[in-house]
Amino acid sequence: MSTPVIELTGVTKVYQMGETEVYALRGVDLSVSAGEMIAVMGSSGSGKSTLMNILGCLDVPTAGSYMLDGIRVNGMTRNERADLRNRKLGFVFQGFNLLPRTTAVANVELPLLYDRTGRFTSTRALAVEALTRVGLGARLEHQPSELSGGQQQRVAIARALVTQPTLLLADEPTGNLDSKTSIEVMALFQELNEQGITVIVVTHEPDIAQYAHRVVDVRDGRILRDHAVAAPRRAADDVRTIDTDADGLRATALQEVV
Amino acid sequence: MKINTLLTMATSSILKNKMRTMLTMLGIVIGVGAVIVMVAVGHGAQSQIEAQIKNLGTNLIVITPGSSAAGGASQGAQTFNRLTIADADKITAESTLLSAVSPVIVTRTQVITGSGNWRTEINGVSTDYLTIRDWNVTSGALFTNDDVVANRKVAVLGSTIVKNLFPDSDPVGSQIQLGNVPFTVVGVLAPKGQTSSGVDQDDIVLVPYTTAQDRLSGFTFLGQILASAQSPTDMTAAQDEIRSIMRESHGLPNGAPDDFTVRDQTAIAQAATSTTSVMTGLLAAIASISLVVGGIGIMNIMLVSVTERTREIGIRMAIGARGSDVLTQFLVESVVMSLLGGLIGLAVGFGGAALLGHLMGWSTSTPLIAVAAAVGFSAAVGMFFGFYPARKAAALDPIQALRYE
Repeated sequence: MSTPVIELTGVTKVYQMGETEVYALRGVDLSVSAGEMIAVMGSSGSGKSTLMNILGCLDVPTAGSYMLDGIRVNGMTRNERADLRNRKLGFVFQGFNLLPRTTAVANVELPLLYDRTGRFTSTRALAVEALTRVGLGARLEHQPSELSGGQQQRVAIARALVTQPTLLLADEPTGNLDSKTSIEVMALFQELNEQGITVIVVTHEPDIAQYAHRVVDVRDGRILRDHAVAAPRRAADDVRTIDTDADGLRATALQEVV
Repeated sequence: MKINTLLTMATSSILKNKMRTMLTMLGIVIGVGAVIVMVAVGHGAQSQIEAQIKNLGTNLIVITPGSSAAGGASQGAQTFNRLTIADADKITAESTLLSAVSPVIVTRTQVITGSGNWRTEINGVSTDYLTIRDWNVTSGALFTNDDVVANRKVAVLGSTIVKNLFPDSDPVGSQIQLGNVPFTVVGVLAPKGQTSSGVDQDDIVLVPYTTAQDRLSGFTFLGQILASAQSPTDMTAAQDEIRSIMRESHGLPNGAPDDFTVRDQTAIAQAATSTTSVMTGLLAAIASISLVVGGIGIMNIMLVSVTERTREIGIRMAIGARGSDVLTQFLVESVVMSLLGGLIGLAVGFGGAALLGHLMGWSTSTPLIAVAAAVGFSAAVGMFFGFYPARKAAALDPIQALRYE
């Protein structure tokens, strides 16, 4: 059996709020194998954001151990974690988090510029390739303000993909999108997952979680439930259904006008 | 990250806020511009004074009679006159570092022409005199060596004399009387102007020293000997050489004090230039205060920029930027900004100096070192005042930064 992409053992996170200690995570065990697509669910305050930050190597657990792709994250310095994020992780955020007044291709190229391994030679070509992969090959020189929400999120996904990460971490990726665009974005995640990328989506929407193969429910800093989804929905099919519905509605509307 | 990537990134983010960048740079522009103008004016004045001193003569060395001591009481300089033609000849013959030597016999007398008269200073000199004084004749010529050897009664007039006694005609060829001795005018000297102490150098008549000794003063001793060193670097060595030749010529035993004085104009030059260089320094110091103020402006804007771009910093850190990457980015931005301001300031400074020179008739010149210093200093200002904001950016926590609204 291959090394799991993620191996959390007894991960605890305590925040010191003045005199009181606040437990954000209370002993989380989680193992994720390569090629999985997981939804982490939980309401606000459940500890899922803390979990996400730890998985993303932005934060370190107070206790417990975290192995990312066989590499021990505990005890790493700030710089080592920055390099690890660059090498192994791709982030997609709720607010897209693209650099304003910067073209799509420059945004996607950015992580390649922080690479210290010297893996990438022609950074711009790779950025163009990643944008083409998410279907934005024709929008290379557009700035975020000139793109729709869905398109901005695609740029963000291209940015996450461009370094060929081991793991794609999406924090509420559909939170700022309408339902149709949300499903389109989920279809993209599913497509990338089918190409072999491990995907973790943090969400509080059950609609979104149903596209994952495995759902992890977090509540009060613990994993409440961790179950496989027998037959996950295919987002691509749903997109098609919506389009058909919309066409139907439009047709009806037209008839009424006439 | 590669340096050109950093520079591209810095310029593109500076250009995103053109108005703000321009206003921020303005402080540095004014600072550097002011420094350049002040240095240009000060340095211009300094080179003007230097030129004035050089006007006295080329690498001029003056040998004057020394003091005598009578019964232990020093009589002061020039009381015991023992400077002779023989001394001048010996220096001419034996020195290796001098290009020209001229004895000078000084006497005052009345210059008389058919239409008027003028009291002036008569200098009996050799043919080397004009070379030493870096002087020319505008009409006629200086007397020749033959004239000197043959004690001929020929004279070269300074331009002040010509102005007063020959206002409308060329005096070359005319007869004048010095005291009661008739002389023929052979040349007219180019106007040289006043010395820095206000003495009119053109109020002079030059005659062969032999003639002066014979017919005018009657002295056997010289007022001074003028010499010219071959190069400015030889000045000290040349003076030492003259000193030893003179001691030998005067037969002075070891340990006896010199009975003559050897001087050059470096002392005068130093005094004059040090005054102006103090002025230049003072002006530049005042101007550089505005450079510091400009630097504070940069720090202010960089701090605003860091706060404004907190989220950007968070994004960069999330996708793998180290603290040092963020630090370098902001530092490069502030240095590029101040350097750019410095270069614009340089242009403004040169323009301002030229304009001032044109309007006020001042001579201005900017030494290359001042240009280099102004540019270097503006970069240093960017570095110094950009460091604190950059460090603040680098120390941000990526989680907090990403959440920043």
